[in-house]
Order: sequence, then structure tokens, then C-alpha cells
Amino acid sequence: MQIEVFILVDRIRSLSIENGLVQCESAVPVDSSIYLGHFPGHPILPGVLLIESMAQTAGWLILGLTKFERFPFLSIVNEAKMRDFVTPGMQLLLEARLLHEGSGFFKTSNRVLVDGKLKCEAETTFRVMPFPSPVFRENVIAQAGRVGFPGELLPNAG
Amino acid sequence: MSSTFDTVANIIAETCDIPRENIKPESHAIDDLGIDSLDFLDIAFAIDKAFGIKLPLEQWTQEVNEGKATTEQYFVLSNLCARIDELKAAKGA
Repeated sequence: MQIEVFILVDRIRSLSIENGLVQCESAVPVDSSIYLGHFPGHPILPGVLLIESMAQTAGWLILGLTKFERFPFLSIVNEAKMRDFVTPGMQLLLEARLLHEGSGFFKTSNRVLVDGKLKCEAETTFRVMPFPSPVFRENVIAQAGRVGFPGELLPNAG
Repeated sequence: MSSTFDTVANIIAETCDIPRENIKPESHAIDDLGIDSLDFLDIAFAIDKAFGIKLPLEQWTQEVNEGKATTEQYFVLSNLCARIDELKAAKGA
């Protein structure tokens, strides 16, 4: 998890287009300036970052489903529940499951687990739109490669 | 038996917290009920699920933006329900 650049997913563990399911991993940083304020002497990963980490996980699934032809922009967060503290050094398992593919939007159900224990969950809705620019798309495809997006599902960036 | 309109009206009432009695067949979802495009995503999700269809929102939006259709054709509830019934019929055909 690279909080300073808002890249909150380290690696894609598995991705199934058929089942509409993705699992990702992310390590919560041991040190971060965020903990200076959240909270002094009691460091906790902020809930907004957990929601964003779930959204980024779902984003990889949707990029796979749309074959990198469209980009998912987070639009709605429903039923977000922070069930337990997420603290420095924890290894997160992030899951996103497709609930519905609509016309121009996707809805997913997401959760975060640590050692099999549910830490938080939320449903997210994304608008999918054409990539703002070819460079944007190339950067996303490059990042997909870095996080282990299945090679057979990666388009030719050129 | 619940009609298409009753199902849609109940979805709108629940999703947007609008009193059910204010939702009428002649209501315009945007102009009369104040539903915005983001709220309509939740409504479209619920309608898709309830009827087993996929509302062609992107196509409708494009037609409206290009002046080929009016918002009334798709977002007055009686017209929306007629489109839903067409999609249901097409699915069953």
C-alpha cells in the first residue's frame, strides 16, 4: 500500500472474469505520516482509505470485465461498515464481487479481511466511461502489469 | 398482481425517500421528482434486478443529448414503464 501516491492495492492474487470475482493483497504501512494525526499513540488506517482500497480492488475487476476499454469512476458507496480496527503492518485480503453490470455502470460488493476475519465491507457503484486520454489508458495498463493483472487479460498497450 | 408502475414507484420511493403518494404515472423523474443522474443509477440497478432487464441508459442519454429524443420519452414514469414492458417482452420473445 503506497498511501502517499494513493495506490492502495499491492498485488492481484486472483481474478475471474467468469465468476466476476477479484482478490487482491495489500500491506498496511508500518510507518506513515497519516498516523501522526490518526491517531497519536493509537495508529489506525482511516476508514476512507479502506473504502478507497475496496474501490481500487473493484476497479481492477471492472477493467478486466470491460477489457480496458472503459475506466470505472467511483460514484456511489453504500452500506459501508468498518467492523474492526486496521492497524500498521496488517496484511489485507481485498475482495470484490460483481453484483450487476448495468448500462454504463457496474455495482460490486466488497470486503476486507485480515487472517480470515472480516474488517470492513461496502457496496460500490461505478460509472464506466471512455478513458480520458490514450496516455491515461497506457498508464493504467502499465500499473496493471505491476500489480500482477493476469497477462492473458491485458490488452496490448500500444 | 403488482403492475410495472407500482414496482417502479415503490423502488423510487424507497431509493430516493420520496413519499409514495407523490409518485404518479405522469410524474417526470427529473423535473417533478428531482431525481438526479446519480440517484437514477440506484434506481436503474433496482429496476434491472426487479425485471431481469438492462435499461439502456447510455443509449437514452445519447439520444437526448443529440436531440433525437426528449427526456419526457424516457423519464415520465408512464413512458419509462412502457419502455420496461417492451424490454420485458423482448426478453421473453
